[in-house]
Amino acid sequence: MTNNSRKFIPTSLYPAKTKRIITVSLIFVIGFYLVSSITTESFIINFILKASNITDLIARFFPPDWGYVSNVWGKLFETIHMAIIATTIATLVSIPFTLLTAQNITTNKVLYNFMRFLLNIIRTIPDIILAVVFVGLFGIGMFSGIIALIIFSIGILVKLMSEIIEAIDMNPSEAIKASGGNTIQTIWYAVVPQVLPQFISFSLYVFEINIRASVVLGLVGAGGIGQLINKEINFLNYPAVSTIVLIIFAVVVVIDYISGKLREGIL
Amino acid sequence: MTNQIPPKPKKQSTFVKRMLIAIVLIAIYTWTIASAQARIDWGKIFSIRTVENFDRIIPKFFDPAFAETGTIMEKMIETIFIAYTGSLAAAVIAVPIAFLCASNIVRNKFLNNVGLWILGAVRAFPEIILAIIFVAAVGPNPFAGVLAIAIGSTGMLGKLYSEVIEGIDMHVVEALEASGANKTQIFFYGIMPQVLPEFLSYAIYRFEIDVRASSVLGIVGAGGIGTLITFAYLNRNWEEVGMILLAIIVVVTIIDQISGYIRRRLV
Repeated sequence: MTNNSRKFIPTSLYPAKTKRIITVSLIFVIGFYLVSSITTESFIINFILKASNITDLIARFFPPDWGYVSNVWGKLFETIHMAIIATTIATLVSIPFTLLTAQNITTNKVLYNFMRFLLNIIRTIPDIILAVVFVGLFGIGMFSGIIALIIFSIGILVKLMSEIIEAIDMNPSEAIKASGGNTIQTIWYAVVPQVLPQFISFSLYVFEINIRASVVLGLVGAGGIGQLINKEINFLNYPAVSTIVLIIFAVVVVIDYISGKLREGIL
Repeated sequence: MTNQIPPKPKKQSTFVKRMLIAIVLIAIYTWTIASAQARIDWGKIFSIRTVENFDRIIPKFFDPAFAETGTIMEKMIETIFIAYTGSLAAAVIAVPIAFLCASNIVRNKFLNNVGLWILGAVRAFPEIILAIIFVAAVGPNPFAGVLAIAIGSTGMLGKLYSEVIEGIDMHVVEALEASGANKTQIFFYGIMPQVLPEFLSYAIYRFEIDVRASSVLGIVGAGGIGTLITFAYLNRNWEEVGMILLAIIVVVTIIDQISGYIRRRLV
């Protein structure tokens, strides 16, 4: 009787194996958290201990120094121009790379895998480190920042676009090939119309990323508003820093909004 | 004549719109190029010094300072710890905010918008700017980095989480409500099982991004391998920069592979 009734009562919602896996991973996650938070001195207790610093911080950064605003414009426009130039060049340069990293266009396995590998490596390099390298090569200024941004955005654009190209409908391309079109004609009439909206949309997205990135490149001397932040921090002029940060915030929000609206309109 | 293709409708408004777009684009690019022309000193960039820099610096990248491996790996591990602590904190903090933003859970337009505004505002700050602020607040230590990563990631994770929550199957929730489950039961049996895998997947994805982000936070003093980059760069020690770059590429690639594997298993 007991045996029979037990059959109908499920012992648990999840099988024992799932439970074991979840337990082990939870222990691992929490254990790693303990190790890492204690070594970086950021255990939950530290948040409470350092909470008093927040009032200190507010006192230091507020009120923002509005008189400083007039010093910001020049560098702010430099930042935006860096992003515009870098996005434009990166968009154009990325086209051949995109075609080379799309499996359905580049049928040569070796070339395809080589391009993939190269772009994966480029994507792992943080933008600021690229800027450090180019500042070393070309000297301090806007040019080094632009080159760093170009390489950084090519990595992102090619990744996003090659995935879109790999997902296109190949029938038009076959039809054009069958009626005697050459490679260029196939790409122009079969591939481009299918991916153009996404291509423009991703370019705008990369522009958004570039605005954020170009803001910080100046910290290592690659032009833009980051140079001002660096200078004012070294002078411990925090009200000026908070002015710059608020202006950056406003610019990023406005540009994200415009670019978001444009992307909605395109897709 | 019956086979005649109907003529393309020509709209006056399309033409005007296109002209407007063209004018705006031309204006933006003229402004950009004029400003770039004024700021970039081409003579200095294409000079003999740049060629010398190339000769001096590029070979050193391919001859990384393997002697420094110990110090660099130590800092790299600190970087991973910062990223892990920060993204785990964000993965937890983002959950309540995401529920606040999800219009199918909190049926209050005002609260939804407040949540979305907070997340949008947080996302507008580049991580390194957050790091600058927190370094000013808690001093130049890894804790500042953890705070910057935690806050920065909350912005993105909250947005992604809330989209996941808005996409759940509400029938399950209704069925639980109908059979008399209370709010806690609905949460644990109706909502969590549907969203948890995607939450985890996004959190792990964010961890990948955070490893990249935290590797540069040290440039502003927030701990991790970035600290070494600043020193190596200021001392023109390009072998060490090369070695750091190599370490970042290797570690980021390994972490991407592992997290990609886990995410494929999860979803």
